[in-house]
Amino acid sequence: MDFTDHRPNPDELLASIKEKDEKEKRGKLKIFFGMCAGVGKTYSMLEAAQIEKKKGADVVIGYVETHRRKETEALADGFELIPRRKYKYRTATLEEMDLDAIIARRPQIVLVDELAHTNVPGSRHSKRYLDVQEILDNGIHVFTTVNVQHLESRSEIVAQITGIIVRETLPDDVFETADDVELVDLTPDELLQRLGEGKVYTPERSREAVMNFFRKGNITALREMALRIVADRVDKQLHDYMQLKRIKGPWKSGVRLLVAVSYTRQSNKLLRWAKNLADTMGGTLQAIYVETSHDLTNSERENLDKNISLAKQLGIQFRIITHADKVKAIVDFARKENITHIVVGKPKVRNLFTLFRLGNFINRLVRFSGDIDVYILGSGSGIDDKYKYRASLPSFTSSLNQYLTSALTVVITAAVFFFIKEFVGYQVVSFMLLFVVSILAFFLGTGPILLAATLSSLSWDYMFIPPAYTLHIERPEDMLMLAMFFIIALLNGVLTSRVKRQETKIRIREERTHALYNLAKELSVTSGIDDVLDVAVKDIRKYFTLESAFFLKGESGKLESKVCHESKLQFSDNEWSIAEWTFKHSTRAGKFTDTLPSGQYTFYPLTGNTENIGVVALEHKRVFTQGEEQFWEGFLPQISGKIEREFLRAEARNAFVLSESEKLYKTLFNSISHELRIPVATIMGASDALLADDYQPETRNALYREIGIASVRLNRLIENLLNMSRLDSGRISPHFDWCDLHDLVNKVTQTLAAELKPFNLHVVLADEMPLVKIDFGLMEQVLHNLLLNATQHAPEGSSIRLKFFYDEGWLMIQLMDRGTGFTANDLNMVFNKFYRGESAVSGGTGLGLSIVKGFVEAHNGAIIAENRNNGGAKFTIKIPTEISNIY
Amino acid sequence: MSSENETILIIDDEVQIRRLLEITLSANGYKISEASTGKNGIAKAAVTHPVLIILDLGLPDMDGQEVLKKLREWYQKPILILSVRNFEEDIVKALDRGANDYLTKPFRTGELLARIRVAIRQSNSSSDKPILSFGSLSIDLVNHIVRRNDEIVKLTSTEFSLLALLAKNEGRVLTHQFILKEVWGMGYIEQTQYLRVFMAQLRKKIEENPAKPQLLNTESGIGYRFGH
Repeated sequence: MDFTDHRPNPDELLASIKEKDEKEKRGKLKIFFGMCAGVGKTYSMLEAAQIEKKKGADVVIGYVETHRRKETEALADGFELIPRRKYKYRTATLEEMDLDAIIARRPQIVLVDELAHTNVPGSRHSKRYLDVQEILDNGIHVFTTVNVQHLESRSEIVAQITGIIVRETLPDDVFETADDVELVDLTPDELLQRLGEGKVYTPERSREAVMNFFRKGNITALREMALRIVADRVDKQLHDYMQLKRIKGPWKSGVRLLVAVSYTRQSNKLLRWAKNLADTMGGTLQAIYVETSHDLTNSERENLDKNISLAKQLGIQFRIITHADKVKAIVDFARKENITHIVVGKPKVRNLFTLFRLGNFINRLVRFSGDIDVYILGSGSGIDDKYKYRASLPSFTSSLNQYLTSALTVVITAAVFFFIKEFVGYQVVSFMLLFVVSILAFFLGTGPILLAATLSSLSWDYMFIPPAYTLHIERPEDMLMLAMFFIIALLNGVLTSRVKRQETKIRIREERTHALYNLAKELSVTSGIDDVLDVAVKDIRKYFTLESAFFLKGESGKLESKVCHESKLQFSDNEWSIAEWTFKHSTRAGKFTDTLPSGQYTFYPLTGNTENIGVVALEHKRVFTQGEEQFWEGFLPQISGKIEREFLRAEARNAFVLSESEKLYKTLFNSISHELRIPVATIMGASDALLADDYQPETRNALYREIGIASVRLNRLIENLLNMSRLDSGRISPHFDWCDLHDLVNKVTQTLAAELKPFNLHVVLADEMPLVKIDFGLMEQVLHNLLLNATQHAPEGSSIRLKFFYDEGWLMIQLMDRGTGFTANDLNMVFNKFYRGESAVSGGTGLGLSIVKGFVEAHNGAIIAENRNNGGAKFTIKIPTEISNIY
Repeated sequence: MSSENETILIIDDEVQIRRLLEITLSANGYKISEASTGKNGIAKAAVTHPVLIILDLGLPDMDGQEVLKKLREWYQKPILILSVRNFEEDIVKALDRGANDYLTKPFRTGELLARIRVAIRQSNSSSDKPILSFGSLSIDLVNHIVRRNDEIVKLTSTEFSLLALLAKNEGRVLTHQFILKEVWGMGYIEQTQYLRVFMAQLRKKIEENPAKPQLLNTESGIGYRFGH
């Protein structure tokens, strides 16, 4: 034995520890397992529960069916009963376990009978075991009962033994991952005795049951099966235990099985067999389907979908691979996955053709597989084996038009060459006909090509090969040529059409790949959640022709209860609760799923890297085909990934804004505290002086004036800060109205009359200047700040020019002074908050110009600062505006 | 000047503002009544019958706009709005709800007193004088004749209506919408461009210096006021 086989594989070890951890948080599932009804599973369960209860555990009954058996009823008596929930189904009212009530009640242990039970339509989950999973997820332990015939992988065999098809089945992995399985066993004789005593069913029903089901042979077989399953489980537990505790031992070699599944019903059985085989060998199992150029009919597609869902139920990983060569695809995959055993089915052979093909398949598989073992399972004689192998024969589904076209083309070609056959000779005609058939193969289906091939060879024979006008051929080489002609024409046609089919398949795949690429590209240039969702909804509509709606996680981490974008879908409370369920359990739910199938839409979780970020609802009209499903599974992560990135970006932005505002806060304090203190100090000093001393009237007046000046300065600072905060908070929404610029200028110059007095102000504004549409108040502030700024930088007595003009849709305002102008640094920074020019006189906060810029930009305008040629500063404002045609 | 009986009610939650107003207004001969909440203010108004109410828009117990609405259900005399908010919408809303005038904090005491005087005078005068005169300007409301320095100023009928409306409400701020509704009619209240154009024309015709208007004053973002 290989040395490495002796020690546990670290990955496996890690996985088993992780599994253990996971299980600790979850509730534990204990299954009371029996060979059939009547062995006393429910009774044993109740007994075990009584023991737990005596130990002090909080045990309630979620759903127990006593079947009116006296002893069982007596045992069930002592427990609290969670009332069942009533469902109206058609005319009847049916009772089901009340899942929500159990979770709300939060017992330690809940008893739930018949795990494989199928719920009434309208329940949250289609199957009871899904209910139980949810209970376990909530940390509640569950005791339950299962019969051997309910196990998915055994149901087929049970049906073969007993002749009764079991509808209610349980996925094997639910059974396998149960924490505890207790076998409830009874010898067949004891069971039959119990039946006879009427302890299982009422006497009439008992007789019927014994006739149909409880025959001794049946019971023995079922018992053996149940015992074996439990024995296998014990074996596996021992193995797990040894692995966990690093006990050396005969590790079962790493058996890895791969079962190749087709689109036939037979594969269903193949999967179950392979599952049993894998279980017996203690190995892992994967399934593979190779998509070739073969076009699936509807029923084949249905079968394939069934096979895939069966594989999922059996807990088998399923892979779909597209490849022209099945054998190569299977072998390549097996090598990549270190498969040790390949399992394939042995199909029934119907005719020589299929024998040839399939023999070829199996021969090649055996040949190419090298050291990988190949198991070929018999086709079996199932109870309803209506299996019929469909060879990849040409389909004859082309339209009548195609047949007509092909016939006509051949006839016309033959006719044309009929007239010139004297010049070219009859042998050349064959090439021309062959050519025509090849061309047709590009456009027509297989049937029409077959027709064209037959027709052309017949017409060549009849009209051209001497003796003409008979089908008789004289020369042997002509005979040979005709045969070759027919074969080549046929091959040509069939091959071309196969290539074409393959092409179509590749084209669809390419389209999908392309769609995914497109989506990725579109998403990469999109930013902002809203835009991302727009793209997503649009692309889902485009590629899946489905309407969709997105729910996203809110800031609290819960799902926001409204659709985040415009959507045609309507959501009732019921739909909303499905969305929440999907979000919480990161499992799809709603229409066409096992959970809450009563929903109108199907909900898919949007899973991010670390957590769920939302839910998308699709308005399915039908179930996705396998191809669509795969496409969707590629599609969705792109969207959820992008949304997650957007979320993260928003978070990062918030963090950035926070740090920026912290910086701003500091600057604000440094700059503002100074600006506030000076006038406050003035006011305090002056008023103290006025109160305390008896000054001369002139002195008093001077002090009063100082107080006045200081308060004006304070007020200006406050105005600026308020405006700044309005700008920062984005609450500036200009109120555009018609404005007479003369009025505006007059207003500003009047307010600033005192400050402007020492200057020469030239206003250049044409009398016939039309009205413009701007926000009067904001522009008043803009001009006010600009003019004030000029008075603070320009020498007294100099001239200030304020010029207005209208230039093709733009209102232009220019302000020029003869001050010191800007330094290079000033030009870059002058509009920044709290920036003060390098030559600025003391006082001022450096807010004025940044407010100007903010207000101009609120008008969708722009402002630039530059130096004048002969010294001084020049500001140019450009604002898009309408003008009034009324003068 | 004011008589001894003239009581002014101040509804403002700021003690300092109330104190300042009390000092300045009593010094000017008014009696003062004070309230610090909206509810209290409405009650005091009913008891003291003030000639004018000074109302702050930001009150602790209810919105100043609501107080204004409640007062206007029965109170006919002038209400002057005092507000720290210089958001034009609030002011326009208050004016539309029947406030006579507004001032934003901080305000000049002189200006406040002038506004109070104008408001009280207007509410007392029976404003049906046929001829209004303001310095060198006289407006004959009956014969639609406007004279400046004894010369007739030619006005179109719209210009005259506009001037007459403003002059009759001398010292009071009229909102754009109000003027448009009164002069042009209900369908024109959005057509501010008419108002701008006519106002510019009117200034050219009656102001000594249209660049420094003395009579037709602009209140930024709110409306116009005739005189100070």
